[in-house]
Amino acid sequence: MPSEWADLRRPEPARRESRALLKDLTADLHVHTCLSPCADWEMSPRKIIRRCRELGLDVIAVCDHNSAENADAVMREGLRHGVCVLPGLEICSREEVHLLALFDGLGPALAMQKLVYANLSGENRPEIFGHQIVATDDDEVLAECPRRLIGAAGLALEAIVRATHDLRGLSLAAHVDRPAYGIIQQLGFIPAGLDLDGVEVSWRMSPAAARTAFPAIGPLPCLTSSDAHALEDIGRACTVLRIAAPTLTEIGWALQGLYGRGLVT
Amino acid sequence: MNVQQIVDRFELKVAGGGGGLARTVQGGYCGDLLSDVMANAPAGCVWLTVQGHQNIVAVAVLREIAAVVITGDRPPDPDTLQKADQENIPILQWGRSAFELAGELYALGVGRLAPA
Repeated sequence: MPSEWADLRRPEPARRESRALLKDLTADLHVHTCLSPCADWEMSPRKIIRRCRELGLDVIAVCDHNSAENADAVMREGLRHGVCVLPGLEICSREEVHLLALFDGLGPALAMQKLVYANLSGENRPEIFGHQIVATDDDEVLAECPRRLIGAAGLALEAIVRATHDLRGLSLAAHVDRPAYGIIQQLGFIPAGLDLDGVEVSWRMSPAAARTAFPAIGPLPCLTSSDAHALEDIGRACTVLRIAAPTLTEIGWALQGLYGRGLVT
Repeated sequence: MNVQQIVDRFELKVAGGGGGLARTVQGGYCGDLLSDVMANAPAGCVWLTVQGHQNIVAVAVLREIAAVVITGDRPPDPDTLQKADQENIPILQWGRSAFELAGELYALGVGRLAPA
């Protein structure tokens, strides 16, 4: 029996303490698809996964604006080619702050989408905001999402974080270094008591530099990702996760630095 | 009154969208939450905001806004200017607060309520 198997059969606390199974996985946890009105047409499931393979990315999260309608197709394509794809959304709150909501499975992601859609008004005007393509895993156009995904959901930050946690997801404030839709710029500081699991800084600076430039980040865990809207931007910023498997529990432990898990800098 | 006249009167910097300077100004609006502006800005208004993100151009096109004034000496993003040039939406810059410029514009009659 391989030693890892024996490891898995140990009682839970021992397994958690074991570092034998840990590996360093390169993750880009904020990638858009052609569903986002501001993203390139080229951001289709097959092309995204092909690019991830070229770059050697182990894990990505699909986070379109206020929607997870393309997550399934990218997950399917990722499964075929050995790229772990987590479903997520980049939700625009009532305060016009962007929050990443990451999930383990499609069910919770679609439940989150349902809540967001119930609080999102207006129809898209493709000629103004851009097309919103729902794709199949064969890169066929399945439909065009008629909702105005560029808009803000009528949900307060606290409500979005709570709903994300209720669905066992992780909630991260997106691109906190940015003037547009970043929490620090929009609100001046990160509200005490907002139960974020961490913050994301954009590709423009390292998490370490962001902590100095934005003291408001405080003790929150800090990772970086590409926020790619075009194929060539995928992986322009990545986070190396030291985890046993690309699950949200493990990523949560890595953010908190528990059980030997962590963000490799 | 058109956008060019407002530019001249208050010495606003034209950062982009110069092709739209002949647009007629029919009112004014102040707002930094794009969702609010998207829902409430009147057509033909001059819109005062601190936002410099390219989405301001899309909002301006959607609401048929005459011109956007970025207040407080903030810089527009380069993407914003590119989009503004395509759409002929003037992007203007004002060095002081929105309050001051709004007051000046209102005194000129821009966006003033009709007498009851």
